[in-house]
Amino acid sequence: MQESADRPLNIVVLVKHVPDAQFDRHLTGPGHTLDRSESILSELDEYALEAALQLAEARGGQAAGNMVTALTMGPDAAVNAVKKALQMGAYQGVHVNDESLAGSDAAATSLVLAAAVQHAAGAQGAPAMPDLVLTGMASTDGETSLVPAQLAERLQLAQITFASELAVEDVDGAAVVRARRDGDSYSETLEAPLPALVSVTDQANEPRYPNFKGIMAAKKKSIAVLSLQDLGIDPGAAGLAGSWTTVAASAPRPPRSAGTIITDDGSAGVALVDFLVASKLI
Amino acid sequence: MASVLVFIDVPGLPLPRASRELLTIARGLGEPAVASPRALSDEALQALGECGVAAVYEPAGDLPDVLVAAKAAFLADTVRAAAPAAVLLGNSFEDREVAARVGVKLGSGVITDAVAVAPDLSVTKSVLAGSYTSTCRVQAGIPVITVKANSVEPVPAAAPAAPERHRVAVSDAGPAARVTARTEKRVSGRPELSEARVIVAGGRGMDGNFTPVENLADVLGGAVGASRAATDAGWIEHSAQVGQTGKTVSPQLYISAGISGAIQQKAGMQTAKVIVAVNKDPDAPVFEIADFGIVGDVFSVLPQATEEIKKRRS
Ligand SMILES: Cc1cc2nc3c(=O)[nH]c(=O)nc-3n(C[C@H](O)[C@H](O)[C@H](O)COP(=O)(O)OP(=O)(O)OC[C@H]3O[C@@H](n4cnc5c(N)ncnc54)[C@H](O)[C@@H]3O)c2cc1C
Repeated sequence: MQESADRPLNIVVLVKHVPDAQFDRHLTGPGHTLDRSESILSELDEYALEAALQLAEARGGQAAGNMVTALTMGPDAAVNAVKKALQMGAYQGVHVNDESLAGSDAAATSLVLAAAVQHAAGAQGAPAMPDLVLTGMASTDGETSLVPAQLAERLQLAQITFASELAVEDVDGAAVVRARRDGDSYSETLEAPLPALVSVTDQANEPRYPNFKGIMAAKKKSIAVLSLQDLGIDPGAAGLAGSWTTVAASAPRPPRSAGTIITDDGSAGVALVDFLVASKLI
Repeated sequence: MASVLVFIDVPGLPLPRASRELLTIARGLGEPAVASPRALSDEALQALGECGVAAVYEPAGDLPDVLVAAKAAFLADTVRAAAPAAVLLGNSFEDREVAARVGVKLGSGVITDAVAVAPDLSVTKSVLAGSYTSTCRVQAGIPVITVKANSVEPVPAAAPAAPERHRVAVSDAGPAARVTARTEKRVSGRPELSEARVIVAGGRGMDGNFTPVENLADVLGGAVGASRAATDAGWIEHSAQVGQTGKTVSPQLYISAGISGAIQQKAGMQTAKVIVAVNKDPDAPVFEIADFGIVGDVFSVLPQATEEIKKRRS
């Protein structure tokens, strides 16, 4: 199979700014929304970005007309996710930032991102469909995995989710994306014509670290900041007002406390079985 | 009484526990109906009837390649035909994607990771890797809810029903991917990780040898899980991974063997009812959450426990 190296690709990668899972995370306020201090680029989005960079580099990179745009939606600090993506090598960034976005559920998020993807792929505000939309397999905060499929539905794109391998190939003069996906009981190869949406798992690649050159270069790259008005979206269709789900209550789960701990004296295996029997587990 | 539509992708026989759980929840909310993207055998129909299912919906023709886009189109058309009070699905990645697309097609909110659904359709879900519990509601459209396995005890219906078959004409699914090759994996005979009641999971401490983990899982009728360190090392396949980038599980019993319990791993199993940990390192973080912890060598403790169970059973 011949890679269509002569055809530049326009790729939009979604990057989400999420609370670092290394620390305790909290839901706060009347809307039970996530406390977003101490946030970082969602680890699972780094694989999507790496995949985009590799696809573009295989076709000669930016010099050959390829485009890799990192797109996020979120409050002021969310721009840090885009900045990290630019340091890793994304060519340009887009940040949808609007106070009416606060509290968006997956449906509202996908509505805004669908418009933003087309905006990001176009030039001078003329919306266009990118060749590929790449996303992480799930965010590491909401973890719903709803957004990729909802974006595919809204943009009417073929979807391939949970790709552990992907490549763009030429089939009879038309570019297709081919991906591998591993289920519990099978492994399959999927193919979709471009434009397409692919969500990428952490098996797909080893994301690069931003190096000094990348960090310096990122300072010169552009980040477009867009409001809902720029996207032609009514503020009532986003945020808490536009969400189709609502959180009524939340409470931290009582922390698990440590139980009995024993040190093996040669009979701990038997003690384990005694414990299982006493707990009616066998 | 309004119907509650349960999406069951492949109604295998006997009906998997996860499907019986969904039907049990549906019966508590209304009259259960089933949407199946493939034509049902008479045996499957009967098994669903025993769970109290009064109506089943099948596509009028075969769905192309039966991928997510087509399943979502079918389910949305079924909802339009059946006008249920709510739609329930499993919580697998694929079921969630079907739910995601159906939500957009119908203008319905989607709630994932549900562990309970109340009669007023408010949903309890476990979030932030099990560290919070939240109560959510769908406020637009017909609620679409994906429910985690092991959320309820499945019970058979008081009276079996004879399900009525309905055929649904499916609208165009739009652009879709197609499967060009598929290889079935070796069937292990063990339960699926995300649905298993018992899981024995191994980590870096297994040093490349998962046999003790597999043997203990087998005497307990459980599934085998692993930490990312073990799957990355290639000791066991990636689909066994439990944690933030693997599967989230909530079994009755989770035995963690040679796993330190880094936060990303704990994230996947915190909601297990009972956690047992075996680790050489007394400072391993997993001991902070274990109900029963053993500081010891996995290669002596696990085989001894396996033998002891066999002995007591014979
Ligand atoms: C604890 C918790 C539970 C929630 N439960 C629900 C629920 O049940 N139903 C519901 O509708 N909403 C829910 N939400 C809200 C939902 O998570 C947010 O709307 C979120 O912005 C989108 O969903 P996700 O993070 O789950 O995305 P996922 O679908 O898990 O994200 C997959 C990928 O989509 C891309 N992506 C997602 N959001 C953005 C973004 N803002 N900017 C750029 N890229 C993005 C990223 O590439 C990401 O890797 C929940 C939120 C929290 C914090």
